[in-house]
Amino acid sequence: MNKCHITNEIRKFRFLQSEMTQQELAEKVGVTRQTIVAIENEKYSPTLELAFKIARIFNASLEDVFTYNA
Amino acid sequence: MYRKEKMILASLLATIAVFAVYSLYVYQHYVVPKPEIIHDFSFWGKSFLFLALVMVAAQIIVHIVFAIINKIVTKKDIPVISDEMDKIIELKSLRVSHLIFAGGTFLAIGSQAFGIQQWIMFAKLFSSGFIVTILSDITRISLYRKGL
Repeated sequence: MNKCHITNEIRKFRFLQSEMTQQELAEKVGVTRQTIVAIENEKYSPTLELAFKIARIFNASLEDVFTYNA
Repeated sequence: MYRKEKMILASLLATIAVFAVYSLYVYQHYVVPKPEIIHDFSFWGKSFLFLALVMVAAQIIVHIVFAIINKIVTKKDIPVISDEMDKIIELKSLRVSHLIFAGGTFLAIGSQAFGIQQWIMFAKLFSSGFIVTILSDITRISLYRKGL
């Protein structure tokens, strides 16, 4: 299994957005809650499209939400 | 364990149960009374077709029962969307399935080169089909749990 090199701040941004739930975020970006959980736990690296959608929900830039650690 | 993992697990258990019961039924009702039937190609063809139909019916029933139980327990419908992670997992499990089935087919047909009886080829094809289904589901559960 490849190690996930992308870390994220989704948990922090959810907290800053009035404790947005994973389900709410999932519905806003059009994926299942399980996928949000996997991304948040760094078990899955989202596609660029999904990463942009998530960043846009938080009114943040992609780099603010996701970091690439090679 | 998430809903999708439970769904795959239910499907996996149904596959094992249906295959076991079906194999036992065919063995007791057709092979035991008439052992030479295993050399009849049409017996294998019919067995395969009926197994495919029974498997499809079983999977539909499992999905319906699972949806009903899920609705009763969680008061929520099963999400119909299949997102990018689902699709990647589906593709990876499909790759595993193809590799194993190709290997099984190669062994089954290749064994004919060594004069092994033809019914063994069919038995190997059946077995590889069954193993593929099991491993495909295990791969999916494993990928959902460990991540991609």
